Amino acid sequence: MKNKSSAFPYGVWMVIFIVLPLLLVGYFAFTTEDGAPTMENISKVGEFMPVLMRSVWYAVVATVVCLVIAYPLGYLISRGAGSRRRTLLMLVILPMWMNFLLRTYAWMTLLENNGLINRFLGFFNVGPFEMINTSGAVILGMVYNYMPFMILPLYAVMSKIDQTTLEAAQDLGSSFVSTFARVILPLSMPGVKTGIIMVFVPSVSTFIISRMLGGGGNLLIGDLIELQFLGNAYNPNLGAAISLVLLVIVLLCMSLLNQFGGEEEMEGALLDK
Amino acid sequence: MTNKLRWYAKTYIGFILAFFYIPILVMIAYSFNESKSRTFFTGFTLDWYNRLFTNDLIISSLQNTLIIAFAASITATVIGTAAAIGLYNMNKWLKSVMLNFTYLPIVNPEIITGVSFMLLFVSIQALIEGINTSFGAAIPMLEFGRATLILAHITFCLPYVILNVMPKLRQMDKNIYEAALDLGCNEWQAFYKIVVPDIMPGIIAGFLTSFTMSLDDFIISYFVTGPTSQTLPITIFSMTRRRVSPEINALSAIIFVVVLLVLLTLNFYDIRREKHMLKRMEVRSRA
Repeated sequence: MKNKSSAFPYGVWMVIFIVLPLLLVGYFAFTTEDGAPTMENISKVGEFMPVLMRSVWYAVVATVVCLVIAYPLGYLISRGAGSRRRTLLMLVILPMWMNFLLRTYAWMTLLENNGLINRFLGFFNVGPFEMINTSGAVILGMVYNYMPFMILPLYAVMSKIDQTTLEAAQDLGSSFVSTFARVILPLSMPGVKTGIIMVFVPSVSTFIISRMLGGGGNLLIGDLIELQFLGNAYNPNLGAAISLVLLVIVLLCMSLLNQFGGEEEMEGALLDK
Repeated sequence: MTNKLRWYAKTYIGFILAFFYIPILVMIAYSFNESKSRTFFTGFTLDWYNRLFTNDLIISSLQNTLIIAFAASITATVIGTAAAIGLYNMNKWLKSVMLNFTYLPIVNPEIITGVSFMLLFVSIQALIEGINTSFGAAIPMLEFGRATLILAHITFCLPYVILNVMPKLRQMDKNIYEAALDLGCNEWQAFYKIVVPDIMPGIIAGFLTSFTMSLDDFIISYFVTGPTSQTLPITIFSMTRRRVSPEINALSAIIFVVVLLVLLTLNFYDIRREKHMLKRMEVRSRA
């Protein structure tokens, strides 16, 4: 058991398949097709500023919506009795196990111009509304797909808050509002942070949701990257540069969140899936 | 909580669950729809299920998905468990460096992981070609397809194995291992008689997580797949692009039922295990 060398195969694997590929992204971003060093790719990313802004904006909105909806739910589940809690958790996890392409496809059916929602509204002589291929549809798709990633970490931290702590606050004369602001909220901050990362990162980098629900008018960073690698615009050097910019956005988001409090363990929340 | 508050809470939960499940249930309902329309329900049929089971592309991609998932998760479990044991014995500095790199594929946006794999495999191809032409060697070309998919899947599964096994190692009682050595076990015997059973729950959890991640993965696979080897999610994606394909509904219904059964079974085992534990605690407290 004093053996360190059993990590050796993993070390080699890690260098080849984790470190090297990321270095390659950097290499491609700063070279031309022939391998000559250049800054052109990075400066070209500036042309796509509207797309970058749109991606960040959609992802922020989706994250905020998820947080607002999931926070009370996480609290309610954490205060539930054993069997009820288990059932609710299972109901939250169940959709996560379905492939997200299928979940997104389900919304295509509902949002179409002559889809179910418009037909339903038609009974009341309302609409039809143009819902698919709008920014709202893309954000809805993000909220629907990534909501469980917000609920689970919130639930995980809130279930650790002892009921007696809340009772003590109330016994000492604290109203519900101040119990919330001074006990529940501070204690649940690690879960809020994890949840924000878990929703923001896949939202800002998606290309499927925008493609399926956004039509052609809602191009996001992910679509741009995908187009450079697998689309007609084949240009891996530019694609790598856009990927680097996306990585910077994600790292900025994470370091911004870490300003609001100390380190926390990622392990538990990540393993919940 | 007062009754009124409780009612609000229930309504709230109800709304969210409706939001989660109505789209899925609508899809399942339309899987029995006679017409191709996604709006009008014209009559009951099992035709789409029939077509699904006779669709060669879907059957072959399901096979492919399973082969890749087994190959990737078994390899990742072996390498990852060995890695966790090695990391556990490392000094703090090296361990934290390696763990930080281990987190990378989880923290990174999946599209970047996918793109970086694609660049790696493209570069390897260029390298092989270079060697073959300049030295006259005949190294087989690494084609995009099953091989690249398995390599990529192993890589993104590894962190889940390590993160599942590490806590079990930390919880392990080192004294028992040392006692085994004192009682005449050699290191290898003590390892597989004491350590392996102790960390088994972590190994199994790591394997299952890897397996499901591999089955479900679309984004990374999308960048490393080739024309000859499709996984089920990639086939689903190409089906959704044809807009109207009711087979997807049937496929969703089947996947939903399978997932439901798996989760119910796991839940059932959890409850049973809890009951066992409670019983054992009761017995112990009486003794």
